[in-house]
Amino acid sequence: MTVACITFLSCPLVAQDDLMKLMEAESGDTKTVEFTTATFKTTRIINGHSVENVAPGVLDLRISHRFGFISGGAYELFGLDQASMRIGVDYGLTNRWMIGVGRSTFQKQYDGFTKFKILRQARAKMPVTVSVTGSIMYKSLKFEDPTRTNYTSSNFVYSSQLLIGRKFSESLSLQLMPTMIHYNLVPGATDPNDIFALGAGGRLKITKRVSINAEYYYQFPGFQFEGTENSLAIGFDIETGGHVFQLNFTNSTGMTERSFITETTGKFFKGDIHFGFTISRVFTLVKPKRQV
Amino acid sequence: MKKSILILTLSLIGISGFTQTIYMTRNGQVSFFSKTPMENIDAINNEVNSMINATTGDIVFSLLVKGFRFERALMEEHFNENYMESDKFPKSTFQGKIANPENVDFTKVGTYAVTVAGDLTIHGIKKTIQIAGSLTVGKDKLTVVSTFPITLADYKVEIPALVAEKISKTLDISVNCDYKLKP
Repeated sequence: MTVACITFLSCPLVAQDDLMKLMEAESGDTKTVEFTTATFKTTRIINGHSVENVAPGVLDLRISHRFGFISGGAYELFGLDQASMRIGVDYGLTNRWMIGVGRSTFQKQYDGFTKFKILRQARAKMPVTVSVTGSIMYKSLKFEDPTRTNYTSSNFVYSSQLLIGRKFSESLSLQLMPTMIHYNLVPGATDPNDIFALGAGGRLKITKRVSINAEYYYQFPGFQFEGTENSLAIGFDIETGGHVFQLNFTNSTGMTERSFITETTGKFFKGDIHFGFTISRVFTLVKPKRQV
Repeated sequence: MKKSILILTLSLIGISGFTQTIYMTRNGQVSFFSKTPMENIDAINNEVNSMINATTGDIVFSLLVKGFRFERALMEEHFNENYMESDKFPKSTFQGKIANPENVDFTKVGTYAVTVAGDLTIHGIKKTIQIAGSLTVGKDKLTVVSTFPITLADYKVEIPALVAEKISKTLDISVNCDYKLKP
């Protein structure tokens, strides 16, 4: 009898653990690609674009404010007496493609952009997310000298950016943004029409719903307007359900690529800092199709 | 006597060792539903892996948490980022055994009420649970259907006060899997 028992116990029984292993081995070949999600909380790091897109069928209403310079002192209530703002809507067309339009009080500007994800970061397959953006900005401010021949085309500025981002860990994401901005008409005779800049930005999550963000755009020597500074911004993202609040401190007054990358005049470390905020609210217009 | 022991031994080897009948699926469905007066939330995962060993009664499930699809993209992002921490805990699994094998005849077409007992792992937390469901035996195929509740706090899924009224503290999980005989 003992013999029978021993033989029985030593039989190659497939236990639960083994069944799990067997299943993992079986499903290994059909393993789905796991894309990295939520590299940043919203489609902007602070002023500039992040590698994030609005999901397809989702409309993102963004209202951005920048108060005056804190260096304005008590007389200006540290900038709160003035405000520069942009109101815009973004829309996701596909998983990879989004578009948006906006209007800024800064130089009565209209802007439109498109952003496309070329590569998506994926676990063990792709280290970075790479996107391209192109935007057109139109300054509708009246011409300074109406007596000379003015062209509408003079008011157009174009920006192209490559965004290379990586989510290093759950809390840390970094991004590089090589940028080219083209002006049809430049402010000074010696100013270049094409401006090259390299941006760097990142975010560090403090809690699940709050992160610290920073963003800096370096303009290459010889490719910048006279008297301009590099744009620096530091801020917080605070997420509450369908809203994201972005609070920030920046030396840039405008919120379109040309305004903050090439036309920033504030000296950050001399107190020329705007306190500002952006409110992002998403609306699902088209619900995704799901197999039920 | 000795002969009968030998026969018994051989037959035992035969049953448990060599003629294992395993059913499997790679596209089973697991969904969940949260109902509150403020908001209803549901999500579906159609890429669930599962296997049933009809010989031993073992049953296992495994799914990628990021495979759940929601009605709104933002819900999906919050689910993965804030609640399930899917980068840290990419999978949810269940490892169990049919607790009432005497009620099921895998060789006879029909629907049987089954109870399954085992370990459910969600958000990295393992809990021993018992689930009731039904198992339908067909020709070289099986269907398993079950709905059972889980309490989020048991799996240390934290719901912040701000949205506490929109997310139910207890979710209903539904399982619907069609298995084929593993060749």
